[in-house]
Amino acid sequence: MDLPFTKHTLANGLDVLVHEDHHVPIVAVNVWYHVGSKNERPGRTGFAHLFEHLMFEGSEHHNTGYFPPLQEAGALLNGSTNADRTNYWEVVPTSAVDLALWMESDRMGHLLPALTRERFETQRDVVLNERRQNYENRPYGLAVMAVTDALFPPDHPYHWLTIGAADDIRAMQLEEVQAFFRTYYHPANASLSLAGDIGTDAALTLAEKYFGDIPAGTPPARVTAEAVLDREQRLLLEDRVELPRIYLGWHSPAMFADGDAEMDLLSDLLANGKTSRLYRTLVYERRIALDVSAFQNSRELGSFFMLVATAAPGRSLTDISAAIDAVLAEVIDAGPTPAEMERAEAQAEAHFMYRLQTVGGFGGKSDQLNAYNVFRNDPGFFAGDLARYRNATPESVRAAAERHLRFDARIALSVVPRGQSASALPGSEPVSVS
Amino acid sequence: MAVDRSRLPEVGPDPRFRFPSIARHRLANGLDVRTVEHHSVPIVTVSLLINDGSGADPGDRHGLAAITADMLDEGTGALSAIDVSEGLARIGAEFDVDVAPDATAFTLTTLSRFADRGAALLADIIMRPSLRGEDFTRVRQMRLDRLRQLRDLPPAVAERAFLRLLYREHPYGHLPIGADGALRAMTLDEIREFHARAYRPSRATLVVGGAMSHDELHRFAERAFGEWREPSGDRAPRVPASAVEPSIVSATRLAVVPRDGAAQSELRIGHLTTGRDTPDYPGLLVLNSVLGGQFVSRINLKLREEKGYTYGARTGFDWRRGISPFGLQASVHTAATGDAIQDSLAELQAIRGARPPHDREMLLAKATLTRGYPRNFETAQQVTRAVAQLVLYDLPDTYFEEFVPKVNAVDADEVIRVARRHIDPSRLVTLVVGDHHAIADSMKALQLGEPAVLSPDQ
Repeated sequence: MDLPFTKHTLANGLDVLVHEDHHVPIVAVNVWYHVGSKNERPGRTGFAHLFEHLMFEGSEHHNTGYFPPLQEAGALLNGSTNADRTNYWEVVPTSAVDLALWMESDRMGHLLPALTRERFETQRDVVLNERRQNYENRPYGLAVMAVTDALFPPDHPYHWLTIGAADDIRAMQLEEVQAFFRTYYHPANASLSLAGDIGTDAALTLAEKYFGDIPAGTPPARVTAEAVLDREQRLLLEDRVELPRIYLGWHSPAMFADGDAEMDLLSDLLANGKTSRLYRTLVYERRIALDVSAFQNSRELGSFFMLVATAAPGRSLTDISAAIDAVLAEVIDAGPTPAEMERAEAQAEAHFMYRLQTVGGFGGKSDQLNAYNVFRNDPGFFAGDLARYRNATPESVRAAAERHLRFDARIALSVVPRGQSASALPGSEPVSVS
Repeated sequence: MAVDRSRLPEVGPDPRFRFPSIARHRLANGLDVRTVEHHSVPIVTVSLLINDGSGADPGDRHGLAAITADMLDEGTGALSAIDVSEGLARIGAEFDVDVAPDATAFTLTTLSRFADRGAALLADIIMRPSLRGEDFTRVRQMRLDRLRQLRDLPPAVAERAFLRLLYREHPYGHLPIGADGALRAMTLDEIREFHARAYRPSRATLVVGGAMSHDELHRFAERAFGEWREPSGDRAPRVPASAVEPSIVSATRLAVVPRDGAAQSELRIGHLTTGRDTPDYPGLLVLNSVLGGQFVSRINLKLREEKGYTYGARTGFDWRRGISPFGLQASVHTAATGDAIQDSLAELQAIRGARPPHDREMLLAKATLTRGYPRNFETAQQVTRAVAQLVLYDLPDTYFEEFVPKVNAVDADEVIRVARRHIDPSRLVTLVVGDHHAIADSMKALQLGEPAVLSPDQ
């Protein structure tokens, strides 16, 4: 099982990756910029995400909406931003590859002449709406913000949400937005991949044709930061919710670092599906929780592991937290059973195979090649990535749990219905986030 | 080689697209089987379609079809719910159950080498579910708790209230999850009865797709479901929901579900239209694409790009075999609620003739529907689900190959004709889930009468 590719770096520093798959007459075009909210500063947040909007408003030679010509050609397109990177993609019929590359290269090389104050201000308002809809007006919508806010100190780049603080978004100036673009959106900080119904030589020729004359730009400095927790910090957030919910957050190994795959396996073992330990105990047997989930949020500078459980009506977060700790203690003590490891390996194997089905979009083959290239400088890491999961052992998973899921170094956030602060874990301090 | 940036590159002719051939088989037990080959990655998808969905819920038992479907993987024979889940997890299977108004679909995707194990497990839970009392109590409680949580989610509150406003007592007028009182009143015997009535080979279709030949897929289906027997006892099927005519005129034109202090208002504007089998279907798809089906459609350009009221606004048909709703949905900034409704109503009116679709819009709408069509059929799961759609709506096997020419044949006159026929501004129902006090004045200005105030449970 692997994901074959060809890599070629243009003279201006742009990495070009090509993967051929001729099953369906479509081609995926995928561009990663190695910039995310981690490249922002306290008080000046939300820039990387704002570009996810501005990049669709027009560029110098196509100075109007980005969607119409591409959709007219049958493309599906989108983009996303997180703390570490931004991606933009199109999936086009084979007949429209030139168009997609023309459009992507125009916004990489020629965006700023089209970035008017009016466009900037309109999109700034759209982002404020997005923020209200997805965070402020959504039950538990501010909880993750409260956890990362506490896990990472104020000057750490993971302290703030990718969408940015509402006040920062309101205070943005066009000139700063332009400067942010010049720093991060250029060939030396980008990676282009094409996957699908196209020959490798033709793809490389087209990449050179459309992107070859864009000036290189200076590779931006790497961001570094540290964060340490030395105690359990209990927090309380009142929200418009019916039922209390607990969020536990820990620092965990950075993306691809030793222990990262183990933490991912632990999230499955603990909370993925009815067979998982926490689901079985909290939801199925004791019925003290309605749901439970866990995830390893793998990031470049250092990850965080999160465990979330919603109280069943009439049940207390104190009981739930004690039950979670008992399950964690068992895993830390004895590790996974052979059957659990076998299941985890089978799932990893199947999921890597599922990932080979689509050429484009979020998580498709073009996106994976760029991810491995940007984060590891190794687009061929698909097999190595799978090997991380195959090589995990019951002991390596147990050791990761012991080392990282410490009871005395974590955030424990209680989200409770308004006016019911007594439902929080004892000793929780109120936090205010918005 | 310099790029000509004075104009966009030409797009070539659309690449040729063929949907893979569909083969039909019938097992000795009467089960209708469709197979479709998909050779790229060694993966197989199995989709079992049951002819009854939430539209088959008795009037005082909303939620029965969904909880029955949910109960099936709670155990079979000697296996507990945990064992079933473990069996699926050990082969890395993806499994989902979709309870829709007209049907219930169980879809399982797995690596080819585990296909027999996965299908056998699926067959077991369909044919021989344990339906135990203790599991029922737990599953019902989880659904009651879920209903309670949904009250916090404005889109879920709006969806539920809107269906009720449009359909009232009609069997399509509720969400599959049902209602609190009905769930509490339900008994295990009712679930057994629903299972015996709905889950039988004569009322189901099995679609299998993946990296095998038709013959192999057929034999694979036979191995998994060949033993399924028609339950004894002749239970006449109920009249399907699709055969019940709802009244398409709603008494209420404006309604509010109060949500004090909400930062945004969740909007729904629409009415009942026609069924999925309408000959106007291609025209309605193009109409929707011009009006609100896409990012670049009129509604989103107006409410998001021009006015900045919302992060996004869309329109769409929620298709059923019977009379289906058409509606607009958006979450708008509270202060913009009244204006957003006015603008939306104006757009819904204008496309009927005052502002007919112009050439660019038509080109864009049709291209969006047709030129990217092949990408809908990239995976075994997509191809298998597509065939299940043909079964659900009685569409011909040639449907996917005829789709593009049929849509391309729609012109602006046809869009106006279907808009006049199927969108009736005088019948549009507007629902707001939002801060009742903050929006009260702007609601008056709409001149749609005093808004009906609904509770989130209604």
